[in-house]
Amino acid sequence: MHVGASSRATCGACHFKGGGGDGVKHGDLDSSLIKPDHGLDVHMDAKGLNFSCTKCHTSNGHQIEGRFYSMPATKNHKLAMPMDNPSRIACESCHGLHPHNNTPKLNDHTARVACETCHVPVFAKKKPTLVWWDWSTAGKFKEDHKFIVKKDKLGKVSYHTKKGDLGWAKNVVPEYNWFNGVVTHVLAKDTIDDSRPVRMTILHGDRNDPKSRITPFKMLRGKQVYDAGNKTLVVPKLFGPKGSGAYWKDFDWQKSVAAGQEAAGYQFSGKVGFIETEYLRPVAHMIAPKEEALSCASCHSRDGRLKKLAGFYMPGRDRSINIDRIGWLSCLALLVLVGLHGAVRFITSKGRK
Amino acid sequence: MKERKLFYTRFERFWHWAQALLIILLLITGFTIHGSLNIISFGKAVTFHNQLAWLLLGLTAFAIFWHFTTGQWKQYTPTLEKAAEVVCYYSRDIFKGCEHPIKKDVDRKLNPLQRIAYFLLKVVLFPFQVITGLLYLYSSQLGTSMEISTVALLHTIGAFAFLGFLIIHVYLATTGETVSAHFKAMVTGWEEIEVEEEPNRSV
Ligand code: HEC
Ligand code: HEC
Ligand code: HEC
Ligand code: HEC
Ligand code: HEC
Repeated sequence: MHVGASSRATCGACHFKGGGGDGVKHGDLDSSLIKPDHGLDVHMDAKGLNFSCTKCHTSNGHQIEGRFYSMPATKNHKLAMPMDNPSRIACESCHGLHPHNNTPKLNDHTARVACETCHVPVFAKKKPTLVWWDWSTAGKFKEDHKFIVKKDKLGKVSYHTKKGDLGWAKNVVPEYNWFNGVVTHVLAKDTIDDSRPVRMTILHGDRNDPKSRITPFKMLRGKQVYDAGNKTLVVPKLFGPKGSGAYWKDFDWQKSVAAGQEAAGYQFSGKVGFIETEYLRPVAHMIAPKEEALSCASCHSRDGRLKKLAGFYMPGRDRSINIDRIGWLSCLALLVLVGLHGAVRFITSKGRK
Repeated sequence: MKERKLFYTRFERFWHWAQALLIILLLITGFTIHGSLNIISFGKAVTFHNQLAWLLLGLTAFAIFWHFTTGQWKQYTPTLEKAAEVVCYYSRDIFKGCEHPIKKDVDRKLNPLQRIAYFLLKVVLFPFQVITGLLYLYSSQLGTSMEISTVALLHTIGAFAFLGFLIIHVYLATTGETVSAHFKAMVTGWEEIEVEEEPNRSV
């Protein structure tokens, strides 16, 4: 019976292709999940638990709900775990907050570290996912004015005249952030700071928010066109007939942005530029077998995965440099002192005999 | 006249060496957790460190009981009497081959400096390390009222103090009659000491 597989393929028809291709938008949802093995995903493992998507995401009328909305799950969102807690999708709904009997210390972590953080050591395990999209290089042609299409070692398109440079990666290590489930996005009317990369997905929550946990994300970096005069994002026109400004026909950003902004009813200063952008997507699938879950030292070490998350103390990662210096120097001084004392004792005792 | 006397009972010797072993292992696992050593994995270090700590607490409970029932705790009451002489001895006279200013005996095992040092060790440093250790261990259950960073830093300072104590302690143990005399005494229990000749004792 392939009930699991066919139902996964049904949902996957849209969700595996998010962003315009297999594994483009998500790195943890791609067509390899139609018939995954245990190593790829312990729950959807076709020869094992064989969960369909709806085992975890129950549908509510037409809507199938997740947790990541710009509003936290409230009465309007009857969410989507079959068990216990109807207010949010979570691993805890089936496993509880203390699933670790062998290593109880792990249970002390579940309030501050999301399950997925330890249980998805890498994603995009079978199919590459898009990690870099540079629109600024789009619009180059061959000498015969045909489109340029290049492929990389993984067999994925690494350059396309319509899209620019694309970077793909497999077995990607997630980025980690404090997160309370609430996401907002930079809007077309917002003024942006173009002196550094723009975080397009604004994650809410921090360490002092008890609802926040350290959560894994897929990062998609890139460069995209913006209004360099007004310092705002823009909606370029991509599709349309030749001469309409549609980028994929005219290949002129100036015209494309002017047409797009006008159609959307936004202002345009007339000056285009390119900014670096960062998009983050939570990672929640491709749960690895328990043997592959993160070891303590992958976080608790000076160079661990959580190196960039500052503002809280983690044994093995953090220390007071000054206390360490004073401590080691004092102990060294004591060693030198007793060494000298011993040497003098030795020499003077020789003299006496 | 020299005489051999049983200085350290079986329990004291067991206590001393078990405690020494536990403290050394606690230092090793502790500095592994701290990120300074990398002999065993972080996870194992955490598990061992906690187990060793409970063993040390158990041992200490026995030791406290023993010290009070035998009255041996009196040996540790700090005193400044003759402390200056002892300081002079270790900083000068020892190099001249002089006698130790304090005559040891079974009811006076510790010189004034030792009394002060062990008193501080047992009444200040040891409890300090136990309390910061327990706060550290139960930080997640105790909520965020006490920042774990503060606790961890205090616990680290305590660990350095123990390491410093260990260095001096081991070195001073070599200053007996011979380099190994004190070590042997702590293993066998017997120490050879100078005793006053009793004039009216018939030979
Ligand atoms: C016709 C295309 C389509 C199909 C088929 C489909 N979905 Fe969706 N789904 C969407 C779109 C579009 C959204 C909203 C945009 C988004 O967040 O990706 C969405 C949203 C979701 C979300 C919420 C995402 C969030 O941001 O929280 C979940 C969960 C979900 N779908 C699961 C499923 C499951 C399970 C199935 C199969 C039973 C399924 N979908 C079938 C198109 C589809
Ligand atoms: C083992 C349970 C489980 C299964 C099976 C599962 N999901 Fe999910 N899914 C989750 C969890 C947990 C989240 C994160 C939501 C949260 O943390 O509240 C999530 C989130 C999502 C999201 C939102 C992601 C985003 O970027 O916002 C989509 C879309 C989704 N799942 C689709 C699917 C599809 C399609 C399938 C089947 C191929 C599937 N899920 C199977 C547990 C599951
Ligand atoms: C700090 C890392 C970490 C976090 C956070 C974490 N886990 Fe684990 N988990 C592990 C490791 C490592 C193992 C395997 C070793 C073990 O069980 O001792 C494991 C094992 C498991 C197992 C298998 C247990 C068994 O004995 O078969 C389940 C189920 C599980 N985790 C679920 C969860 C859920 C659900 C959450 C969130 C509530 C979670 N984990 C959070 C690291 C973590
Ligand atoms: C619909 C219920 C359900 C949900 C939701 C769910 N699991 Fe599971 N999970 C199971 C079942 C059933 C098993 C197999 C029996 C077991 O080990 O408990 C399992 C097994 C596991 C295992 C052990 C895998 C192994 O190596 O044997 C891990 C780890 C795990 N789940 C983690 C998670 C994480 C992380 C999430 C959230 C993304 C999650 N689970 C969500 C039901 C669920
Ligand atoms: C995903 C990264 C991660 C992994 C893996 C991880 N930890 Fe942690 N650990 C953390 C974070 C984050 C904190 C601090 C939480 C805070 O203070 O908000 C922490 C805190 C701790 C603390 C100090 C606070 C306390 O609860 O006592 C100990 C001890 C600890 N971890 C032990 C372990 C052990 C043992 C393992 C492996 C079995 C482990 N950790 C695995 C992230 C991790």
